[in-house]
Amino acid sequence: MRHIISVLMENEPGALSRVVGLFSQRNYNIDSLTVAPTEDHSLSRLTLTTSGDDRRIEQITKHLNKLVDVVKLVDLTEGAHIERELMLIKVKAVGPQRAEVKRTVDIFRGQIVDLTSSVYTIQLTGTSDKLDAFITALGDNVVMEVARTGVSGISRGEKVLSL
Amino acid sequence: MCSRQLYFVQNQPAPARSELMLKSRGKKVEQLSGGEMLIRALHDEGVEIIFGYPGGAVLHIYDAIFNQDKIQHILVRHEQAATHAADGYARSSGKPGVVLVTSGPGATNAITGIATAYMDSIPMVVISGQVDSRMIGSDGFQETDMVGISRPIVKHSFMAKHPAEIPLLVKKAFHIATTGRPGPVVIDIPKDVTDPKIKLPYSYPKNIKLRSYSIPGKGHSGQIKKAVDALLSAKRPMIYAGGGVIQGSGSELLTKLTRQLGFPITNTLMGLGAYPSSDKQFLGMLGMHGTYEANMAMHYCDVLLGIGVRFDDRVTNSDVTKFCPDATILHVDIDPASISKTVAADVPIVGSVVSVLEEMLDLVAKAKAKVDKKAIGVWWKQIEQWREKDSLAVAPSENDVIKPQQVIKAIHKITKGDAFVSSDVGQHQMFAAQYYGFDKPRRWINSGGLGTMGFGFPAAMGVQFAHPKAVSVCVTGEGSIQMCLQELATCMQYQLPIKIICLNNQALGMVKQWQDMQYGGRHSHSTYAESLPDFVKLVEAYGHVGIKIEKFSDLESGLKKAFALKDRLVFVDVMVDPEEHVYPMAVKGGAMKDMILSKTERT
Repeated sequence: MRHIISVLMENEPGALSRVVGLFSQRNYNIDSLTVAPTEDHSLSRLTLTTSGDDRRIEQITKHLNKLVDVVKLVDLTEGAHIERELMLIKVKAVGPQRAEVKRTVDIFRGQIVDLTSSVYTIQLTGTSDKLDAFITALGDNVVMEVARTGVSGISRGEKVLSL
Repeated sequence: MCSRQLYFVQNQPAPARSELMLKSRGKKVEQLSGGEMLIRALHDEGVEIIFGYPGGAVLHIYDAIFNQDKIQHILVRHEQAATHAADGYARSSGKPGVVLVTSGPGATNAITGIATAYMDSIPMVVISGQVDSRMIGSDGFQETDMVGISRPIVKHSFMAKHPAEIPLLVKKAFHIATTGRPGPVVIDIPKDVTDPKIKLPYSYPKNIKLRSYSIPGKGHSGQIKKAVDALLSAKRPMIYAGGGVIQGSGSELLTKLTRQLGFPITNTLMGLGAYPSSDKQFLGMLGMHGTYEANMAMHYCDVLLGIGVRFDDRVTNSDVTKFCPDATILHVDIDPASISKTVAADVPIVGSVVSVLEEMLDLVAKAKAKVDKKAIGVWWKQIEQWREKDSLAVAPSENDVIKPQQVIKAIHKITKGDAFVSSDVGQHQMFAAQYYGFDKPRRWINSGGLGTMGFGFPAAMGVQFAHPKAVSVCVTGEGSIQMCLQELATCMQYQLPIKIICLNNQALGMVKQWQDMQYGGRHSHSTYAESLPDFVKLVEAYGHVGIKIEKFSDLESGLKKAFALKDRLVFVDVMVDPEEHVYPMAVKGGAMKDMILSKTERT
C-alpha cells in the first residue's frame, strides 16, 4: 500500500542524505520526495511517498525515528489528509491541437503559465492520480517535458505536525 | 612524559597562562585552540585513553596531545586496530572507546572497526581529521568524505565547522554513543578548525538535551504486566538473552529473575556471560552452533522471553516461519526498530533491560498466580533428556592429535574460567563460545554481528588497557591473526602481556567446513598450509615469546608455560586436527530443532 510520510527534521547539512541513505541501505523504496524549510528555519519538512505492507511501513517509521536528525514524523495516510503535487508540463500546441489542449487544461482546472506559438506550459496541482490522469488525457504525442514536485501533504482538521 | 603542561594545571601559576585567560561574566575563561579544546573536552568527558594513528590532518590535535598528560594516547600500527582496540576496551569496561585517525586512508582504514562496533551496538567515538574546510570537495591530498562513507555504519556523525563548536560536539557525540542502544559516532574535523593560532574561550557543557533524540526509559507497565502474566502461566517457558543484557548491565537482574522463576535460559553469541554458564538452568548458547538442548527448548517452548536480542538470522535460521511455532513471544529491547523486525512479537516492550527486569521482578514477587511448578517440572525432565545427548562431547584424542575443543577446555582450566577472552572469527570463535564457559558479563569479546576477522587481537589489547591486571586471552586462528598481525609491535611498545592462542588448522576452517558440507569438499581458496609463516620465529622477531604445541600430551604443559609468563606476550601456535568441524550446526532452511550433530548424525 502507498503511504505518505511527513518528517520534521533538523535543517542541517547531511540530514537529507541520512534519510535517503536509510532507504537505500535498508532496501526501502522512495516513490517521491519533497523537502523545504518550515516557518521555523531550524526545521525542514520532508514528505515522501513509499509503499509496502504494514510491517515494512512500521520498520520505515521506526528507523526514520531513530535518525538523530529526525525530530518528529507522521504517516499521513493513517488519517484524513490532504495531498497535493504540482506539475509543470510543456506540451505541443499547434493547429487544432491547441484548442483541444486548452479544453483539457480547463477541465482539469490547470493554468497555462507560458506559451509560444507552438507550445503551452501548463501548471497543474492535485493528487498524483489527477496529474497522471491529465497526462493520459493529453495523449502521448503532445507531451514534451514534465516536471513534478513530488507529493506534499498535511493532516485534515486540527491535527498538526509540529514541535 | 610531556614536559609542557599548557592548560591542565589549574592551580599552578604559569607566566604564559595569564595571557590565556580573559575575564568573562566575572569568571575566568580559558582560551584554547580547536585542537586543545578537543583533547580538553575528551578529558572533561572522562576519557582516559584514546587509540590512534597520526597524520597530516590531525597534526594540530597530536600537538595538543603532546602538551598534556591526562589522556593516554596509544599508538597502534593500523587504524583498523585502533577501532578494534577501542571496541575491546568498551566491551570489557562498559566505557566508550575513543579513536583518533587522520583523514583519507586513516579514516577509511577505520571503517571496518566502526562497522564492527555498529553491528554489535558498542559505544565508540571516532575522531577523524579532514582536509582544510576550504579544500573540502576539491579532491585534496588525503581527502575522503568520511561523514558520507561512514553514514550507514554510525549511530550519528558530525562535521565540526568552527573551533567554538568542538566542546558541544564532543558532548553530543558521547551522549549519543553511550545512551539508548549504543553505537559509534564519528566527529570529522577539518584541519583549520584545530588551528593552534585561533584561540577561543573554552567551557564544557554540563548537560545536553537534543530535541530530536530521545532515549527510551522505562517499559510500558501494562505490557510488562502482560509479559509477566504470560511467563507465570507458561508450561514450557524459555528465556533467550542477548548482548543487550550485557550492554545494559542487566546480568544480575536477569540472573535473579531466571532463578526466581526456575526457567531454562540460553544466551546468544553476544550474550554469553549474561547468565552464568556453569549454572544448571543454563542450556548453553543457541543458534547456528548452539547446543542441542538450547535449540530444542527454543523450538518447543510455549512462552519465549527474548531480552536484549534481535532475532538474528544466526539464531532463527533463515526461515523465520519455522521459528518457535508454538510460542507466545515476549520481546524486550531498548531499540523499537529491533522489535518485530524479523519475528513478530506478541508482547513488545521498549525499554532499558534494567528498568524492565526490575519491574518484572517486582511483579513476580507480588503476583498471586505462581509458576506452574508441575508443568515446569515436566518441561525440565524433557530438557534433561535433550541434555543427555551431550552435543558438545569431544571424542578422546587419537594418535596424540589435538582437537581444537580440547584447547579451549584447557584454557578454561588454566585460567580458572576467569580470563577475558577475545576472539577472531571462524571455527575457533565458535569453539571458544561453546567450550570456555563464561560466568560473568563483559568477559567474552567477539565480533558477532559483522564477523570481522582481525578483530580479536587488537580487541584483546583494548581489554588489557581496560584491565591491566587481568588475563587477556586472544583465541584466534592462523587465518584471522594474519589480518591484524602488525599489532605485535604495539604490544611490545606498551608491554601488553596478552596470551594469543592460535588454533592452527592450516586452513580457513569455517570456509573449509562449509565447502566440505555444501560444495562436495571442493576447497576453493581456503587452504595455504605450504605458505604459513613460522609463527614462533615471527613473534620472536617482534620481541615476544612463541611456543608451538603439536601433541595432545604437550597441550596442558605448553599452555601452562605460556600463562606462567605473566609479563610477556606469548603466542601459542597450537596445531589442531585440520579435519574438525563445528557441531552442532543448524540445517540450512530448517527450524531450530533441525541440527547436524556430527559428521554422521543429524536430528
